[in-house]
Amino acid sequence: MNAVEVDGVTVRYGDVLALDRVSLALGAGRVCGLVGVNGSGKSTLFKTITGLVRPERGAVRVRGGPPALARRGGTVAYVPQSEAVDWAFPVSVREVVMTGRHGGLGLTRRPRRVDHEAVDRALDRVGLTDLADRRIGGLSGGQRKRAFVARGIAQQARVLLLDEPFAGVDKRSEGTITRLLRELAADGAAVLVSTHDLRSLPDLADEAVLLMRRVLVHGSPQEVLRPDNLARAFGLDVGLREGEPA
Amino acid sequence: MSPHELLVVPMGYGFMVRALAATVTAAAVCAVLSCWLVLIGWSLMGDAVSHAVLPGVVLAYVVGVPFALGAAVFGFLAVALIGVVRDTSRVKEDAAIGIVFSTLFALGLVLISVTPSQVDLHHVVFGNLLGVDRADLVQITAIGGAALLVLLLKRRDFTLYAFDPVHAHAIGLNPRLIGAALLGLLALTCVVALQVVGVVLVVAMLIIPGSTAHLLTDRLGRMLVIAPALSVCASVVGLYLSYHLNTASGGMVVLVQGAVFLLAYLFGPRHGVLGRRVAAIRSARTPPPPAG
Repeated sequence: MNAVEVDGVTVRYGDVLALDRVSLALGAGRVCGLVGVNGSGKSTLFKTITGLVRPERGAVRVRGGPPALARRGGTVAYVPQSEAVDWAFPVSVREVVMTGRHGGLGLTRRPRRVDHEAVDRALDRVGLTDLADRRIGGLSGGQRKRAFVARGIAQQARVLLLDEPFAGVDKRSEGTITRLLRELAADGAAVLVSTHDLRSLPDLADEAVLLMRRVLVHGSPQEVLRPDNLARAFGLDVGLREGEPA
Repeated sequence: MSPHELLVVPMGYGFMVRALAATVTAAAVCAVLSCWLVLIGWSLMGDAVSHAVLPGVVLAYVVGVPFALGAAVFGFLAVALIGVVRDTSRVKEDAAIGIVFSTLFALGLVLISVTPSQVDLHHVVFGNLLGVDRADLVQITAIGGAALLVLLLKRRDFTLYAFDPVHAHAIGLNPRLIGAALLGLLALTCVVALQVVGVVLVVAMLIIPGSTAHLLTDRLGRMLVIAPALSVCASVVGLYLSYHLNTASGGMVVLVQGAVFLLAYLFGPRHGVLGRRVAAIRSARTPPPPAG
């Protein structure tokens, strides 16, 4: 059973076609890179998998069931783009990670001992234990991303969706996050990451999808990075020189 | 003036005791709600709903049902209309809010002018704190207490909704429902505050305490304590001042709230404009730690 199956999905915002008959399958234990220009439908694809956007045609299945069931089971974790988060919000790193446990809590959502332990383990795993009581906005770009990944870990999500986790993140943090995502995949999670950083794609991902409202290529990172494929996704001027993927 | 004359003598009057109880209730529930309103960016929505409930209150009076019911209906109506105007025309949200709430408010004014004289326009618009009777007080404490209870019991849901509604959705919650609940509580809270400071100044009770608390702390949990504490204190001080200075009570309550905000804005230790300077100067004076 695939972790995520997207089957002939078409999404339209008014007159704008955002996704055009997109089909792809993500296996458990794999990291898949999602590559495409701005407006190619990457964020829409994430929203379709979580069920925030309903497709006009086609269907999404998460671990064999409808997205609504996966949501209730806490199967899917979503790491938002930096621009989508209010970094001035008065909430600590620990509190953000605790929201990963939120769905499983009772009427008043009061965390139990096991929830606190799960949060501690998640913070430890991403290396943010020392910064746990800082305000989330007080962290660096890379630490912020790790905090949100920790939320997915605390949630025990089997599918992780990350929207541009490397934007505004320095090289060292990028390496840390990449290592973390590889570990989570090794533990059996399916990880879908949208990225503009084509150079590190082979280090990050087992497979990659080139998206331009529809799936242009779905294959190995090397295949996606072939100049002729990139030219189709990014326009003809980019990446045509030999050995210069982007 | 002795402390006894200053603080105890006013409470010899039944109307002052009821006014105090009403003020404290309204200040507390408004302040708790305001923490989420200012963080979500719904301050204008608070303004809109507080004005838009007016026709609901008048109609409820005419029909003979509780004010809260009429207010809730028109509160939701306002929010729905704002959404419709914003989403189905080229009008932007701020303009949609302005159009809807001022039109509904005007409808309320017209309705007051044609209903029998018991609804006093001046009281509805500017509050009638010193005229709160026993029945009013029961209604204020019942609605205010219920709203406060729901806000506090479900505070973690509201906080998650305010911070990251997409995550709330992804883990199986219904962000629309949480948002609608918050707006419903906003409409009920407006009814409570309406009696204290009037339609025009309700928005002050809904925005100032949360904003002040946000200047003083980086934790929402602490905001939820600081905002009502400051708001209740400011309101009680405002009520006493209005008694001794013989000024408009609703206006005085809001004036003191504004003064407290100004103090936090200037002298807040981390986020106040002067507080930041002082901290910077202090750290500059402190000799750097020895190297090594």
